[in-house]
Amino acid sequence: MSLFSFIRKPHPAKTAQTAKDRLQILLAHERSSGAAEADYLPMLQRDIVAAIRKHVPIGEQDVEVRIERGDQMSSLEINIELPATVPSKAG
Amino acid sequence: MTTEPKTTAPLGRVIVITSGKGGVGKTTSAAAISAGLAKQGFKTVVIDFDVGLRNLDMIMGCERRVVFDFINVIQGDAKLKQALIKDKRLDTLSILPTSQTRDKDALTKEGVEQILTELKAEFDYIVCDSPAGIERGAQMAMYFADEAVVVTNPEVSSVRDSDRVLGLLSSQTRRAETEGAEPIKAQVLLTRYDQERVDKGEMMTIEDVLEILAVPLLGVIPESKAVLKASNVGTPVVLDEPSAASRAYEDAVSRLTGTQVEMRIVGERRPGLFQRLFGRAS
Ligand SMILES: Nc1ncnc2c1ncn2[C@@H]1O[C@H](COP(=O)(O)OP(=O)(O)OP(=O)(O)O)[C@@H](O)[C@H]1O
Ligand SMILES: [Mg+2]
Repeated sequence: MSLFSFIRKPHPAKTAQTAKDRLQILLAHERSSGAAEADYLPMLQRDIVAAIRKHVPIGEQDVEVRIERGDQMSSLEINIELPATVPSKAG
Repeated sequence: MTTEPKTTAPLGRVIVITSGKGGVGKTTSAAAISAGLAKQGFKTVVIDFDVGLRNLDMIMGCERRVVFDFINVIQGDAKLKQALIKDKRLDTLSILPTSQTRDKDALTKEGVEQILTELKAEFDYIVCDSPAGIERGAQMAMYFADEAVVVTNPEVSSVRDSDRVLGLLSSQTRRAETEGAEPIKAQVLLTRYDQERVDKGEMMTIEDVLEILAVPLLGVIPESKAVLKASNVGTPVVLDEPSAASRAYEDAVSRLTGTQVEMRIVGERRPGLFQRLFGRAS
């Protein structure tokens, strides 16, 4: 330990490592999927809307797709907003 | 559609962050200004117009959450609401990322106009991060603007390009083409300013730059280590620890919203060893 270490700030934040980590995760995804990923999400969403519409009348706005890309795995979250009252066949 | 009661209509002001020259600090400024506006409670969205070179998402720290982009919306593959990414730190802030795989020809005037019209009904400020250059991407970013922030470094090629961009703002935009419309309100944001080098006569002064460009000054952002640090971690500089740059951006944001703030030139000179050892005199 240096005699003058008290002069320095206690924890110099290592933000360069964070930058590298973020880039590695992002670029791994971009290189592997590239343009392909950009195109499958709209198609996936269209298919989901079509499937739900067979049973419940929803608009295209009512589907929300979220993604969180990680280094080990990514998660895909799909929220579907259903109408407050599903119109009954009789009504 | 949201049905929450609205007290007042959103401002719906479109601000383009532009420069002509590349690498002068447009994206850094777009991120800082949009976060600064959102921090003041304005509903704000920041749009990346740099089609093919997506970078705003990294500076905002939402790169892992991009699902749809600006171009998907223009081409009808996704609804606007589905492409907007909500900031995790500020609920008044949203990001509209650009496409990493398409090129600038995918931007159509009609598509951009439609998206901006929709955003104006929802947001107070729509901040457009322009790509470098004066080609299609930059033209689309500025075309529908109400205000422009011309990011300039105190350096010959940057000032020259800013002058060129100011010319385009006053001729190649909707406000310029519309008879009787008020012209775009253009202001200069001087960035990477180094007081020490100005004092030594190595860098043009603020007055020098303003004399040449002859437009009002929005603010002066000093050269600051905080900018690289904030970009490393994906935090707009005004949401990171206070620094000379964050204070300067906050002042600029206040001026954008119409508050009078005295122009203070904050340097980033660190206290010398002597001062650090023997306390802060003065
Ligand atoms: N005030 C500042 N102090 C120190 N570095 C800065 C400052 N402003 C910007 N930079 C650095 O300058 C570089 C370019 O910044 P930025 O990406 O914001 O520019 P840009 O104009 O958006 O570039 P492009 O034209 O490529 O889109 C980055 O490395 C950024 O960290
Ligand atoms: Mg940029």
